[in-house]
Formats: sequence, structure tokens, C-alpha cells
Amino acid sequence: MNKIKSLDDLRRIKQDLAGGMNIREKSNSPESLVQIRVAMATCGIASGARNVMNTLIEKIEKDKIPAIVTQGGCMGYCYAEPTVEVKKPGEDPVVFSFVNEKVAIDILEKYVLKGELIDGILPVNYRTIEQK
Amino acid sequence: MGKVKITIDNTPVEVESNLTVYQAAKQIGINIPVLCYMNLEHLNIENRPGGCRICVVEIEGRKNLAPSCSTLCAEGMVVHTNNRRVLNARKTVLELLLSDHPKDCLICPKSGQCDLQDLAVKMGIREIHAVENAEVSTYRKDISPALSRNMDKCVLCRRCETICNTVQTVGALSVVNRGFMSVVAPAFEEDLIDSPCTFCGQCVAVCPTGALTEVNHTPKIIRALSDPTKTVIVQTAPAVRAALGEEFGYPAGTLVTGKLVAALRKLGFAKVFDTDFAADLTIIEEGNELLNRLTKHLNGDTNVKLPILTSCCPAWVNFFEFYFPDMLDVPSTARSPQQMFGSIAKTYYAEMLGIKREDLIVVSVMPCLAKKYECQRDEFQVDGNPDVDFSISTRELAALIKTSNIDFNVLEDEDFDHPLGESTGAAVIFGATGGVIEAAVRTAYELYTGMKLQRIDFHELRGLEGIRMATVNFNGTQINIGIAHQLGNARKLLEGIRNGMYHFHAIEIMACPGGCIGGAGQPLHHGDSSVIKARFDAIYREDASKPLRKSHENPYIVKLYEEYLGNPLGEKAHHLLHTHYFDKKKIKAARKNKN
Amino acid sequence: MSNYKMHILVCGGTGCRASQSHEIVEVFKAELKAHNLENDAQVVTTGCFGFCEKGPIVKIIPDNTFYTQVTPSDCTEIVLEHILKGRKVNRLLYEDPKTQSHVEDSKHMDFYKKQLRIALRNCGFIDPENIHEYIARDGYAALGKVLSEMTASSAIDEIKKSGLRGRGGGGFPTGLKWEIASKFKSDQKYVVCNADEGDPGAFMDRSILEGDPHSVIEAMAICGYCIGATKGLVYIRAEYPLAITRLKIAIEQARNFGLLGNDIMGSGFSFDIELRYGAGAFVCGEETALIHSMEGKRGEPTVKPPYPAEKGYLGKPTNVNNVETFASIPVIILKGSEWFASIGTERSKGTKVFALAGKINNVGLIEVPMGITLREIIYEIGGGIKDGKKFKAVQTGGPSGGCLTEKHLDTPIDYDNLTAAGSMMGSGGMIVMDEDDCMVSVAKFYLDFSVEESCGKCSPCRIGNKRLHEMLEKITSGKGTVEDLDYLQNLSKVIKDTALCGLGQTSPNPVLSTLEHFYEEYLIHVKERRCPAGRCKELRLYSINPDLCTGCTACTKACPVGAIEGEKRQPHIIHEEKCIRCGACYAKCKFTAINVQ
Repeated sequence: MNKIKSLDDLRRIKQDLAGGMNIREKSNSPESLVQIRVAMATCGIASGARNVMNTLIEKIEKDKIPAIVTQGGCMGYCYAEPTVEVKKPGEDPVVFSFVNEKVAIDILEKYVLKGELIDGILPVNYRTIEQK
Repeated sequence: MGKVKITIDNTPVEVESNLTVYQAAKQIGINIPVLCYMNLEHLNIENRPGGCRICVVEIEGRKNLAPSCSTLCAEGMVVHTNNRRVLNARKTVLELLLSDHPKDCLICPKSGQCDLQDLAVKMGIREIHAVENAEVSTYRKDISPALSRNMDKCVLCRRCETICNTVQTVGALSVVNRGFMSVVAPAFEEDLIDSPCTFCGQCVAVCPTGALTEVNHTPKIIRALSDPTKTVIVQTAPAVRAALGEEFGYPAGTLVTGKLVAALRKLGFAKVFDTDFAADLTIIEEGNELLNRLTKHLNGDTNVKLPILTSCCPAWVNFFEFYFPDMLDVPSTARSPQQMFGSIAKTYYAEMLGIKREDLIVVSVMPCLAKKYECQRDEFQVDGNPDVDFSISTRELAALIKTSNIDFNVLEDEDFDHPLGESTGAAVIFGATGGVIEAAVRTAYELYTGMKLQRIDFHELRGLEGIRMATVNFNGTQINIGIAHQLGNARKLLEGIRNGMYHFHAIEIMACPGGCIGGAGQPLHHGDSSVIKARFDAIYREDASKPLRKSHENPYIVKLYEEYLGNPLGEKAHHLLHTHYFDKKKIKAARKNKN
Repeated sequence: MSNYKMHILVCGGTGCRASQSHEIVEVFKAELKAHNLENDAQVVTTGCFGFCEKGPIVKIIPDNTFYTQVTPSDCTEIVLEHILKGRKVNRLLYEDPKTQSHVEDSKHMDFYKKQLRIALRNCGFIDPENIHEYIARDGYAALGKVLSEMTASSAIDEIKKSGLRGRGGGGFPTGLKWEIASKFKSDQKYVVCNADEGDPGAFMDRSILEGDPHSVIEAMAICGYCIGATKGLVYIRAEYPLAITRLKIAIEQARNFGLLGNDIMGSGFSFDIELRYGAGAFVCGEETALIHSMEGKRGEPTVKPPYPAEKGYLGKPTNVNNVETFASIPVIILKGSEWFASIGTERSKGTKVFALAGKINNVGLIEVPMGITLREIIYEIGGGIKDGKKFKAVQTGGPSGGCLTEKHLDTPIDYDNLTAAGSMMGSGGMIVMDEDDCMVSVAKFYLDFSVEESCGKCSPCRIGNKRLHEMLEKITSGKGTVEDLDYLQNLSKVIKDTALCGLGQTSPNPVLSTLEHFYEEYLIHVKERRCPAGRCKELRLYSINPDLCTGCTACTKACPVGAIEGEKRQPHIIHEEKCIRCGACYAKCKFTAINVQ
């Protein structure tokens, strides 16, 4: 490692290193972020939840979206897997069904960033993250 | 230093701002009691750990009481030294100290001379609270050839530690362990004899209690004096006569030579001799040794060791044997006056009396505690019989005089016996720092130049500064002289020589502050260094009053060489009057390994 | 750094390591590899999470799942269930003592809800042995900012304005301390970090050094720049081997990055740090004693003034701050003094770390804003008193502090309020006591510590504390008198008034505060020869309930002094005068026939 020769050097290195810590930084203050939970039970994984999750994470990293992706257990919508729950700060959570990689991008671009609703929203009849 | 206005016990006073509250109070007649604090201002020695907390005072605006010994005066300070809070605290602290102290004052060697006892008297302690369950700290006793340690009586004032480490740089005593188990001890809790202790005894001289005392040899002397088969003679060192009077109420600096001689005779000594006689003898030997080395040096002999160092002080000898074993060939090989006296007494004088050396008991009265150790050294014995049998201190002599019902103050002056009682002024000043070298110069000058000294008093060699340097003109040859008293100063001087910083021809070193007059066997100064200054002046007064003031003019010395010794530095002189030195570090290490 | 989807944080603090947390890390790594998850999840050894009672702690990021008391054999299950399938392992989740339900993530744990972590911001969050993670969290940015954008005096001003006060116990304003040290002229000055943590039960400094050593290094360099020192020394207890190791690694890394050494970040400022080891003497937390110890002298205090700012290490101007104080510095510089000063009370700003211990449900290390109440700490963060017992007292400030009672529960905690209540902030020890604790014994316990740790230099502390302890011993063994209580009070006050250093000036606090708040309990000990809490062994009275005694003779055989008598199958009796209160009979009796009073 080269020596840090100035404050700018330090800032540059910080920028390079920050990515790896992002997930921890975000988890430190989840209440101020969009919390996205991918159902990762057997049914979800079998339906491709892992790919969905990877897509979400990569997109969030790339576009620096203030969101955090966690994995959850089965939400009871096995027929609709993969399911993704999205909770924006101060809003009620919304669950999307039959999410594939394309829908995942849509969720981020449309619902998370612009607030537009997209197809595949399930009715709210479950406990929220907050009530857990 | 500016002045500040402060108020002590409602009395406004303006004092120098570098004064402590204790000092400021003293100026206006308020004597705040102290215990650990000690300031020997004439000698630049101070012990101020701020640990005993006896001297606490209230300073308005401060949360806690402050130790007056180490709190500097500040503008507007309002001090109370005797209000209820202060008195209660002081008394409680003193009670605490007493609760951890043996209550055997009646039979304590320090009884009547103890600072702690004085405090208890001053503060009217009549009971010690909470004492029924109180644990009293104890520690094993340690009795060395000269000093006795009874740490049960230690109040941890740290004076001995300051003296032993900061002043003497001997490093034998310091506090070990923690809290209630704290104790002043040599490293690894060894005994003194195994430590670097030089037996200078300055720890004893400053100890406020009976924790550090000399080993008492008076019972042995009483036994010897009552043995009809023995001839018991005594020698007294020059510094004794300048201090003994203090034990009998005379002001410090009173010379009591005549009464001293009379008292010793009353005690039953067959002859009362003077160590000064041997001091004159020392000058002849040491002066010749100096001249010898000096002449060789001036003639270009590179093997000759200069400077020559005096060797009269036994603590100093112990010090360089332990700390400067690489320089053992530098000091003069001349024995100390005590040992020269013993050697001559047990040969020359015993032959004169026609008795065996075993039947002659030589007692010395010394201002010194290291002399007790010195007279026990193997080199100073012949077939197990020591040249000097017992050495007692000025304090022990005073006690012996009192025990023997002698009213010292009404004694008529008497003179020393002959032949070993005659001495010159040069011998007298052995008792003060710089005295030995001045005496040596007086003789060496005349021997070297063959001319008579115009001026006998070498004021440039006198004084109480720790290290002094002077150059004396030997009729064109400049002789550089160094003088140090206190071993810490000696160390500095020696290190300076070792690393080539100083170039001296001759150096005098005395272990004790002020030289022998400040010896550890002298009446206790109780922290008042003006006492030592007064003795110092007295020594030079005695010198000035002497008809003979140069050692080589002592007729009995001249006779001794003619009748018995032959030449100075001759074979017989070498055998009887010179010694050799050992690497003490090695010896102590070897002993430790053996154990 | 590659971007993992999940981070498995495993506590590598001393406490959790003692419970095999290093092995947990190894098992996790092996399991991830076995399941091809190496690129999805990362295992990170972090510093302490503070919730030490339930260690070893494993935290899963991003969902903040907080697993407690994890063993190496639990790791497979965590990987298979949680990492792979997203199902939390319920049995390892923290169980709320009030609701008995499992809490899914740390954000919902009472223990963390009210905490505000500034000094501990990186503990349990980053890998302390990885400078990258520290830098990624804005590490050394404060140093960079100070060196490139601020003058020494403006940086000192910033610290002064923040209101930060010394966290080691004294509470002296840190900025002012720096300013004083900066004003003395000298060819060499020193910055010393006091890591000689000694209060029994307090371990915040160790935690910080183990969990976030770089923050201390960075702050020391900032301090060096401010006061004009190029040399830093950390005086650390030799009994903190892990902290020493991490600190050494961190110093080495900082040097390699040019963040220590010559011409740091091109500023021309040079600074380096060395370690000095302490032998664990409590008094060496006092700054003059600490300096003496560093110089190789006996570790004992000297009278101040002169203060270390004028004459410190090797006689040179020296600024000594405690670990926690230093750890707060970089954040203050980055976020600004106003931000910091907005937290806390009027005269105590920011947060304070406390080591919560005793009869409380959630034992551990917490950081809370100044001004929080004891009630919030004990009942919310601490989860209340263990086993539903009644709260009796809380001891703050360690052996130098005092006991606070019920009536202090709603007092906002800050330096001044604690002092006014007869206790002190100290280094942040907080020990909770319940109805079963005897306050005389508690005072005796602390005195025992002070007696042990007194350096012995001044008489009031050396002998006085010993006498206090003996007096308390006398009272707890039933031999005390009412007069003893007066003497106890007087002696305590005199020791406080006359002792040389902070140790002696505060050591009687436990006695004085218990005498003040629990005088009745003392009186019962001396008047009725009874210990209401039943703690004082020698004051217990054993007797046999004749209705329950079957005369089985088991107690007779157990009694070592033959104090029990009775015919077989007849009720026995205990001769009180012979009984030595050893409790052997009580332990042996199968019929609960032995009463203890």
C-alpha cells in the first residue's frame, strides 16, 4: 500500500473502500432507508429468489439507491414466489409477487425511486417488519 | 520573584512568591508541624514528598486541605493553620500514624530524640481511636555491621530514600510493596549487607523515628573497660569535639575538646588519644604518595594514575569499591586515620607498653557509622585481632557519659595523652569537607617546593558547596584540586574523570554532607542544617588556635618515623599504613550465588 | 473490497474470545466455503458489541440479526438456515426478559434502543485489525482535516466548544487541558493515552482499544498537532494482551499508510506512538503516578502543581487523556463541536460509556447520552433487576464512587449531578444492587479494593483506609458500636480532606454514601447485631424449627464444632454460643428445618 500523502489521497482511498462497508453502514440505520426483503425460503429459492436478490443488490450498489436488501423466510405466498417486500421510510410495506430479474429492476426504478406502483402487488394481510 | 500578599490565621503578610505556605507561616512565628518534610538549606538537600499530611492547612476556596510544605503562596490566599477542621484532620492523621507504630517509646533507641514522639507531645495525643482491632505492620529486622533497620517504626517519610538515592546515589533504600505493606528496603528485600549500602548512615541521620539506628557498641566497651586484663585506649576523631557539646545543651559549634578528654578519662580509658595524630600521619603518607605520583606525572610517566583520591572516608571507599571497580587504582592506598591509629597502637604503642596486641583494646569515637564497618574489615585484622576493636559514635559516647553519671558540663578541661595525642591544625580540619586536601596541600607544598608556606589558610578549598574546584600554585606548578562531599557529588566528579571531562591532580571526597562534621554518628540535626554550618566553623576555629598547623611539623610524627617506621611510603609504612581495594560488586554477587 | 451480500460479524473481544469466538470464525469460514457462499457472505471479526453477558455474539448484516451465546457447533445451522435460506435460528436470538419472546434484530433490543454510540461507534462494527474498514468509515479524515484545514488553536477551540470532559473520572475539560499544554514552551512534549483501566468491572477502555484502536491513534495524533508534541505514548495494562496486540497492529498499519511517522499527509507534522506497559496498579491511573511508572519509577502520585501539562513525562509538558476521551475526538472534529454539544446536559456534553453489572438482567457495556436517568439505564437498557427482585442501590464510579438509591433514579446522569449526590462519574462503572445486598458489606468490599491498591505514599490513604476497612469488618462481624459509626464518619471525612491524590480523596466515598443513605442498616448491624440482608455471615443466627426437625441427626454429623444436640428422632437444638455460623447444618438438612436469621 502506498503512503497517503494528502487529505485528497485519503478521501480517494476512502471512496474506494466505502463500497465494501456500505452494507454495514446501511444496516446501521435501516429506518432511514428503503428496506427490501426477499423471501428466501425453499420455495422462493426454487423459484429464482437468489437471482432476484443478486439483481437488486447489484442495481442498488450501481445506482447508489438508498436501499438495503435483506433476506426473509417464507411469507406464506408460496404460489406467488419469488416475493419481495419493500418498505419505504414512513410508509406501509408493499409486497410484490412473481418477481423476476426484470421486475426487480422495475421495483427499484419505478416504485422505489419514482413512487409509481407496478403490477403484482399482493394484498396486505401480514405483519409488518415494524411489528415483529 | 515578586511579592504576594496572603493572610495566615488572620494575619496579613507579604512574602516572596516562591515561598511555601509553611515557610511563610514560619516567618510570622507560626510553626506548622511537619514530619516528612526536611530542608537542609545549607546543604541543598530537600525532602518534600508531601506524604505524611501532618502539615495540612485550610486554604479558603479549595475543596481539600493542602500540604503547607509543598503549596506555594499565591496572591490573596487565605490560610488557616489551626481551625477546628485543620486540627481535627491533623490529629486524626497523627493518630493514624501512631496506630501503625509500636508503642514502646520507653525502650526505643530514639526515645527523647524522636520527631514522632515530639509531635504526639506537641499535639497532646492522649488516646488513639479505633486501635483495638488495628493491625500494626511489621517487618523483619535487619542488623548490618553498622546500621540497624526496624521498619516497624517507619512512618514512610521517605527522608532516607531521598538521602540514599537522590543525595548519595547509593540506591540501597527505597519503598517496596504497596499500601499498608509498603516498606523501605533494599531491592528484592535483601539485607543491607547484600545491598549497595555504603554504611554512610545518612539515612540514620535523617530518620525521624527509631526505624533506622546505629548498631550500639557501648555495652562491649563497658565490658572491656571492666576487664582488668585489658588495657583500653581510646581515639577521638576531630569532628566529635565540635558536636558532642550539643548532647549536653551547648549551642552547636561549641568546641568541647577538653571536657571530652576529661570525660573519657573518667569513663576509665587508660589513655585518651587523638585520631588527629593519625590524621597527621595520613597526610605524611598521602602527601608523599601525591608528590610521588605528581613528580612521575610531571616527568612524563604515562603509567601513573592521576588524580589521586583521598581514602579517609570509609563510606566513600565502599562506594567506589561497588560503583567504580574499574578505578580501584586511582584512590590513595593510605589507610584512614582511624585504621592508621589502630595499626600504630597495636604495634608501636603495644611494643612501647610491652603488652600483646590482644591485650590492648582500641576504641574509637567517631562522627561516623561506616567506621563501625571499616574496623571490622578483614584487611584491618592481624590473626583475627582487629586493629580497632570497637567504634562508637558521638551519640553513643554521649549516652555512655550520661549512663556513667558524669556531669559533663562541670568537667575541667584536660589534655590528650602522649605520644598518640599530639596533633596539628591540619589534622583538625579533617573533620570538614575540603579539610583533608587542605592539610595535604599544606604539607605537599612545603615538601615539593622546599619553601615555607606564606599563607596557611587555603580559603579557596573551604565551603559547603557540593562540588568545589580550585587551582593551587606550587611555586609555578598549577595543581588542580577537586572536592566533593555527599556521594552523589562524588559520583558526578568521578564520572567526569572517567569520561575525560575533568583533569585534576588531587581530589578529596567525603560521603557525608559537610564532611565528618555532618557524619551519621553526630548528634541529630533534626532537619536544621545551621547546626552543621556551626560545627564547620568550629573546626576551622580549632585549626586557627593550634600552634602547629602542618602535619609534618608534628614532633611525635617525626619521632614515629625516626624510631619505628623509617621513611614515608617505606616498607614498614606500606605494611602498616596502606591498604588495597576490592571489587565489591563481584564479591556481593559471588556471595549471593553461594546463598 | 469485494461487495458481499451478507456480513457475519463475530465478536472478537476478550470476553467472547474466552468463549471460543475465534473458533466460531473458523467454522463459519469453512461452512461458507463448503456451501459455495464465499463470495456471498464475509466473516468479520469485530470488537466488542457490549452485550457481554450473552456472548459470544454473532451479528448478521444486513438484517442486524443478533445471535447470542453462539457455539462453534451452531455455525453450520446459521449458515444453512439463515445465510442460505433466510430463516433465522430462533433459539439463538436474544430473549427479552420481560416478554420472554425472541427479538429478531439488534435494532429492537431494549439494550441498544436508548444507546448512542460515539466512542464505541466502531466497536462491533468494523474489523479492528483492518485499517481499510476504519478508513472506509471516515477514519483519519479528522486528522486530515485538522492537518490541512485547521490551526492548532482552532482545533483546540473546537474541542473546547464541544464541551468534552475527561472520561477517565476527573471530568476536566479536555480542550482546556490541551490549551494549557499547548502554551508551555519546550523542545519536546508528549501525548499520553491513559489505558491503565483499573476500576473493578469497568472495561470500556479495553473494549475501545480492542474494537477500534485506530480512533485512539488518530486522536492522539490530533492532540499532538494541537499541543505541539511529536511523540505519543500509550500506557496500557500488561494484562490486556489482546488490546496490546490490536494496538500494535494498528500502529504498524498507520505507519505503513503514512498516518503515523514523518510528514503526515504532507502537512510537515510528524508524530509517532510507542507503548508502555503498566503492571496493573490502580493508582497508576492517576496521571502523575502514571508518568512516574512510565519513567521506570515507583508508581505513586506527587503533589500537583506542577501539573503534567507543565512538567510531565521526563520533565516535559505532557498531556494525558483517557482512551474513551480520545475515542470521542475524531467524531467531534468531523461532525463539529455544535453537534457534540447538542447531546447531553448543560455542563456535561456528549455520551458516556458505562459498564453495567451486578443484579441486572442485561449486563454489558453501554454508551448513553449524558442526562439519561438511572431508571432508563437500569430498567430499559439493563432490562430491570434480576429475578424480579427489588432495586436497592446502584454504585457508580467504581471504588471511588458512592451508592445511589431509589430517590436518585430519576436524576439525569452527568458529572455534577453524580458528585452532588455523593457519588461520581468515575470511569463509568455501574453496579446494581438488590434487596439481598448488605450495604455495609458493599462498602467493605470497595474499601478492601482501596486498601489493596493504595500506593502507600500518604498516611491517610495508607493507614486510614486500612482502619476504615477494619472498622467495617468489626461492624459486619457484630462487634461494632454506635460510636464506631461516628468515628467511621469522621475518619472518612479526614481521609477525603487530607489524602494526596484522587485515590485517597475518593476512597471513603462508598462508606460515606452508604452511611448517608443506609444509616439504618448500619444501626441494625451495631445495635441489634443483625444483617437485614442476611449477607454478614457472622451475624447469621441458626436455629432448628422443632416442628420440621425429624431428628435424623444429619446436621449433628455435619456440624464441625459439635454445636448441635438432640436425641435420635427428636427435634434437635443449636447451641448459639458454640455455633460458628458456617452453614454446614443448613446445607445438610433435607427437611428445611434449619432457620437462618
